[in-house]
Amino acid sequence: MIGALIAREARRAIGGAAWLPVAFFLVVAALVPFAIGPDPRLLERIAAGGLWIAALTAALLPIERLVEPDRANGIFDQLTIRGISEEAVGAAKVTGHWLTFGPLLLLAALPSSFILGIAPDSLGRTLVALAVGTPGLAALAVMVAALTAGLPRAGALAGVLLLPLAVPLLIFGAGAAGDPESGGLFLEAAVSLLLVGASPFVIGAAIRASRT
Amino acid sequence: MKPLLRFEGVTCRRGGRLLFEDLDLQVGPGEALHLTGPNGSGKSSLIRLAAGLLRAEKGRIERNDAALADEHLALDRDLTLRRALGFWSRDVDQAMEALDLVRLADVPVRLFSTGQAKRATLARVAASGVPLWLLDEPLNGLDADGVERLERLLARHLEKGGAVLAASHGPLGGTWSRMELGV
Repeated sequence: MIGALIAREARRAIGGAAWLPVAFFLVVAALVPFAIGPDPRLLERIAAGGLWIAALTAALLPIERLVEPDRANGIFDQLTIRGISEEAVGAAKVTGHWLTFGPLLLLAALPSSFILGIAPDSLGRTLVALAVGTPGLAALAVMVAALTAGLPRAGALAGVLLLPLAVPLLIFGAGAAGDPESGGLFLEAAVSLLLVGASPFVIGAAIRASRT
Repeated sequence: MKPLLRFEGVTCRRGGRLLFEDLDLQVGPGEALHLTGPNGSGKSSLIRLAAGLLRAEKGRIERNDAALADEHLALDRDLTLRRALGFWSRDVDQAMEALDLVRLADVPVRLFSTGQAKRATLARVAASGVPLWLLDEPLNGLDADGVERLERLLARHLEKGGAVLAASHGPLGGTWSRMELGV
């Protein structure tokens, strides 16, 4: 059943608009040179940070379709009756969401890196840092979606919740992309792991609390 | 025989309001219990307690595997009926047949009318293959043919040793024990 849940999550994302966060990511990355100016040295210095800000804002886009429709449609109730714990549902949601978010984002990071003029020798580092961060971002998005499900103005609230919580990921992720000696990658991996590890419990508790 | 659902001294409070106190009930194989009572008397809460979706303030609830039909469709609206039901159960043909849904098998669930959606919800329960059915207002939105089909479906389920707990304002055909809440 968990496998079927993950597959369902991925199917819903692809049938919905999995490309939308990715397109959004590309657009935000493309905006940076317009805002900063075309100076290649300046752009190269801020490129990794620009990519990360684009990734964070892109992570916000799917939040409203991640949890709320299933809550309103009674899917969680049916899964609980079948003896599937809310935590298992949470883990399946995070996995399914990452599958349609992480790889696509990394793919979009290639042209974005080009737009921002990231040097070829630091491109690999930037992509690895982004790859390590995507599971944490996906977990954070589903957690925030579960915590705000059913609330009025959930979309705006989700943004206010997610962006500050993503700050550690942002600091270490952008740091790891910039300086290989900083050890930022390990700290970023630790934050990402913590978010992924905590997510089933947070999502499970949020689903139970949202029941009326 | 071992009951499929048993409440022992169950007390339920919602939003600070006491709905029922020290309630005992038992539904065994082949038995059907009809919950009645005015709006807000706790019929739906009792069904959600039985389903394990609410926690009782006091008392014990034991149940066998159950399936629930309430006001939520719990079927993916972007899928056809056959695929949406197929997410929950392998064998859905018999249940679709019983509720006259075969001609809608390839129609996306989002296009269903209220009555068709209700039939689909009941088909999800019928296809589940579990012994205990929990039905919250199963007649809502059904036409005369739908009601008749539901009654036949329930009769067959009871014959096979299943059990039904239903909350409904309308009369349900067949042999039901009755329990009135809020009196």
